[in-house]
Amino acid sequence: MPYEYPSVTAAPQSPGVPAATDSMVHARGLRKTFGSFEAVRGIDVDVHRGEAFGFLGPNGAGKSSTMRMIAAVSPVTAGTLRVLGMDPQTDGPLIRARLGVCPQEDSLDPDLRVRENLLVYGRYFGLSRRAVRARADELLEFAQLTDKAKAKVDDLSGGMKRRLTIARALINDPEILLLDEPTTGLDPQARHSLWDKLFRLKEQGVTIVLTTHYMDEAEQLCDRLVVMDKGAIAAEGSPLELIREHSTREVAELRFGVGQHEALAARVADLADRVEVLPDRLMLYTEHGEETLAQVHGRGLRPLAVLVRRSTLEDVFLKLTGRSLVD
Amino acid sequence: MAVTTLPSGPFGWLSITWRLLDYWITVYRRTWRGSVFTSFLTPLLYVVAMGVLLGGFIKTPAADLDGASSYLLFVAPGLLAAQTMQLVFGETTYPVLGLIKWHKVYASMVATPLTVSKVVIAQLGFIAFRIMSASVVFILVMTPFGVFSSVGGALGAFFVQLLLGMAFATPIFAYSAALQSEEGFTVIFRLLMIPMFLFSGAFFPLRNLSPVLEQIARITPLWQGVDLTRMLALGTWDTPSALVHLAYLVVLSVAGGWLAIRSLARRLAK
Repeated sequence: MPYEYPSVTAAPQSPGVPAATDSMVHARGLRKTFGSFEAVRGIDVDVHRGEAFGFLGPNGAGKSSTMRMIAAVSPVTAGTLRVLGMDPQTDGPLIRARLGVCPQEDSLDPDLRVRENLLVYGRYFGLSRRAVRARADELLEFAQLTDKAKAKVDDLSGGMKRRLTIARALINDPEILLLDEPTTGLDPQARHSLWDKLFRLKEQGVTIVLTTHYMDEAEQLCDRLVVMDKGAIAAEGSPLELIREHSTREVAELRFGVGQHEALAARVADLADRVEVLPDRLMLYTEHGEETLAQVHGRGLRPLAVLVRRSTLEDVFLKLTGRSLVD
Repeated sequence: MAVTTLPSGPFGWLSITWRLLDYWITVYRRTWRGSVFTSFLTPLLYVVAMGVLLGGFIKTPAADLDGASSYLLFVAPGLLAAQTMQLVFGETTYPVLGLIKWHKVYASMVATPLTVSKVVIAQLGFIAFRIMSASVVFILVMTPFGVFSSVGGALGAFFVQLLLGMAFATPIFAYSAALQSEEGFTVIFRLLMIPMFLFSGAFFPLRNLSPVLEQIARITPLWQGVDLTRMLALGTWDTPSALVHLAYLVVLSVAGGWLAIRSLARRLAK
């Protein structure tokens, strides 16, 4: 075999790699159409070595289509795409040899046991049987699945399956880890456990590209992200930059009786930079939530419930698209 | 060091395809017990029931049985070819759609340096292994009944099963890879497999059919395999017609292989 694998703790950048560029993903005017449907409408993206980059957007925003093009499994319709400095059109296998892919739906093989899923997968990358056994045990440890090594995949919980899928994606010690909706369908505890694993990988220098429609996930994990909507990029930056640029520091949420929000919005409009009317509440975008709230009370308005909080990416998305992330 | 090259050249291509070996070994280790039992017992039951017991009632001169001196000798090679067809229908229908749809196994395979053609060819290799092991058992079961006139004939019949199997495997793989739901399998089981099983000359000489039906039966893939297997078993080899059968099966295998790769590639690129 022409190569050997370092352990998961080794630095990801290897000397002598021809594509030793810091541009891990480079896209210009990237498009994907399915028949007459335009899933991705000309996006520009740059992901640099060692960063955690996110595509944030609702279902159907074109995130998964973009990821599948980056993973070199779905042909580019138009535009330029370079992954690790190579063209997926011509160098698909070479690119895929250096990627780890965690798809949206678990694609574990239920006919194989937990450890077998890793062993068989490592062989696809040309690892020797001995190397893949050692690597599998290391990754089972990392994914906290050592005592489940011989279990059937179907007997694992959702969180365990996802951890196993991520472990499988790491079998070739990839330079880029692609995660499509990594925590969708997981309970809060399993999500936090997974975030912890991803955070550790990031600290080890693995470049992470992920899609999510959870703003808290994007805020937790991403150094930089793009907000996607209807196949296009609506904004780009770090979570903090995006919030600063597109929202206020704080938000005061007011709940009144059903059906009153539209009418009451006019009475508080001048108290905030911006007021959003949702079916169940009013959101007042302001620098100082408590002060705004006091002014609301000062006008004799008595909301049934109030909440003052910091702005989040959810607010950014609402501002940019007029819709919320999760339907 | 990270991977910057892949094995290249014809052997490189093979060595990458070979990376799927452990997958198929692991799958087989989980399933072989059932298949060994049925592949031994089924031929024995068929040969005894149809060849020995039913055949006991059939007193037809060899001239009317394509040169076979008893119904047992006539039907046994037909059963072998029919078994090959059935095994391949089993291996290339539900399992293929399952790996696409239910478990997304192909999708996870082509997310690695493997490509669709290598995934298809490795699976055809596994199916070839299944055909070979089932045929060896069937041939060994038939041998004590005096079905084969020569060792060469038995050996030839073995290789014919491999070719016949591939001629079925590749186009059905292509069909399965394009299916949205498993309902499409009922159609080919009812309209192709069962009629071919019953009417492609495995159980009776094709001359017994009406002229139109006989012509239809003669263009089925199964008939090519039945006739080849029978000629080899009985020692009634006829080179011109054998060459037609062989060419037919080779063309179908190759064209089907091309279609199978194209069909799965389209499916996975979506």
